[in-house]
Amino acid sequence: MNAFANHFGFEFKAGLRNATAMLMNYLFPLGFYVMMGIVFTQILPTFRDTMIPAMLIIAAMSSTLLGLPDPLVTSREAGIYRSYKINGVPAVSILAVPVLTSMIHALIVAAIIALTAPPFFRATPPASWGMLALIALLTIFTFGATGALIGVASPSSRATVLWSQLIFLPSMLLGGLMMPVSVLPESVRPFAGLLPSSHAMQAFAGLAFGQETVFDPVRSVIILATSGILAFGLAIYLFNWDSRNAARRGHPLLALLAAVPYVVGLFI
Amino acid sequence: MNDWAMEVRNLRKIYGGTAAVDDISFEVARGEIFGLLGPNGAGKTTTLESLEGIRKPDGGTLRILGVDPVAEPGRLRDLIGVQLQTSALPADMTPAEAMRFFCAYHRVPENRMLLDRLGLAEKRDSRYGALSVGQQRRLALALAVAHRPPVVILDEPTAGLDVGSRTELHALMHELRADGTTILLATHDMAEAEKMAGRVAILLRGKVIATGTPRELTATGAGYTKISVRTEQDLLRDSPDLAALPAVVKQLVQAEDYTVFFSTDPGLTVPAILARIAGCNDKLIDLRVERPSLEERFLELTNTGGAR
Repeated sequence: MNAFANHFGFEFKAGLRNATAMLMNYLFPLGFYVMMGIVFTQILPTFRDTMIPAMLIIAAMSSTLLGLPDPLVTSREAGIYRSYKINGVPAVSILAVPVLTSMIHALIVAAIIALTAPPFFRATPPASWGMLALIALLTIFTFGATGALIGVASPSSRATVLWSQLIFLPSMLLGGLMMPVSVLPESVRPFAGLLPSSHAMQAFAGLAFGQETVFDPVRSVIILATSGILAFGLAIYLFNWDSRNAARRGHPLLALLAAVPYVVGLFI
Repeated sequence: MNDWAMEVRNLRKIYGGTAAVDDISFEVARGEIFGLLGPNGAGKTTTLESLEGIRKPDGGTLRILGVDPVAEPGRLRDLIGVQLQTSALPADMTPAEAMRFFCAYHRVPENRMLLDRLGLAEKRDSRYGALSVGQQRRLALALAVAHRPPVVILDEPTAGLDVGSRTELHALMHELRADGTTILLATHDMAEAEKMAGRVAILLRGKVIATGTPRELTATGAGYTKISVRTEQDLLRDSPDLAALPAVVKQLVQAEDYTVFFSTDPGLTVPAILARIAGCNDKLIDLRVERPSLEERFLELTNTGGAR
């Protein structure tokens, strides 16, 4: 336990003292939040109704989906995990600690956004703060597990960027962050159903804000939770200490199994 | 329980159809420093990584203090300390944090003295990314031995180190051995192996081609003892039939007025040379007797593929 706490403490500090990590954990999401609060609420006043969940999801994606995979790949390629392995650091800790610390950073930013958006930008506060916290936690976990899976399955830093952007960019456009999923054309909505951000927005809207939803919010919670657990399990299964070691437990494309709950969700 | 700290029996490791390690066997006694020598690609690192549990062998058996590295990796971690040839730490981690981090995972108290001992006292709060290569290697060694393991595996530990750091590291290795620690040392540096190792194994193309003490290995080679002589009046070189002196196989004159003899038995040759100098009414200024080095024997073995 002492070792895990020590590891956690180091990783948490690294998220503050490393310039890139600081950017992804705090500067980008908070800067984007302030800009959206000042500018976008003037352009689209109805954005205030979804501002808190949208900004929470962007904060979660920034610190986990965008910020987590690359350090995992570079650590593996640089031989850091080899050093860890020979000194008895378990694989679960190597994956769980960065995911947990990224989650903590995202939660801190989420708390700042949730508490400051109503007074500063007249954002609609949640009907249930408890549900907001629970869904925020679930969303951050799912994105954290997905980020870990991308880091484990990607052969290079360049590949992590491709995979992360494959989720991040559609999420920004179709995930209900900038505009509600309800205004999307019918033909595009199924694509929105493949994105974790869409389900997170629907869960926030239906369960924390008491708003109308396009998808069943409880089903969205189940999909998010299933996908998060599946992604983290796959990340542990596919984890490779050493890029020079050709022996792997499974093909990296098995990572795509984490998308199964979203695909199944389309048909239920 | 036997006296071997490490046992390697018929180890095989194949990469893409090519045997990187092919039927290697050797043992390392408790408290011994054992050198693993070989040119690049000989299979040293693969052998070490198999012992460390990083690689899964394709054949053979391995034991470290009776523990199978493949079957019981958890037990192995506390028994061995490893300095890898290529490893790293997070760029933002300081030596002090690294020491705390790994000691916590080994469930032992933090060993701060070790950082001071290895010249890292002033760098304990510097970031790993800001350390020089030599400082990073010294830190890796400190972390390898911080939990006082009974077996230490060092892969090229002095590569990139300056003379002072090498001396300090050698002193530390002697101390570890004096405390009963077994050390497996892979190195390219023949002088280091000759100085530090009680026994060595020479690897070539995945096979052990020679094993023994450095003295045994050099004695079995074709190398001759080199005897260099310098006299006051240089009369020795004009003396007739120098090549016919006892046990001399070759004689030549080198720079700085040294006459050089290659002898199969310096015990016979040296008194004969001294007698010849006295016979010439000359005076001895310098006499050097150099045994064939491990490096010469190593080159001889690797050049002939271990045939001699």
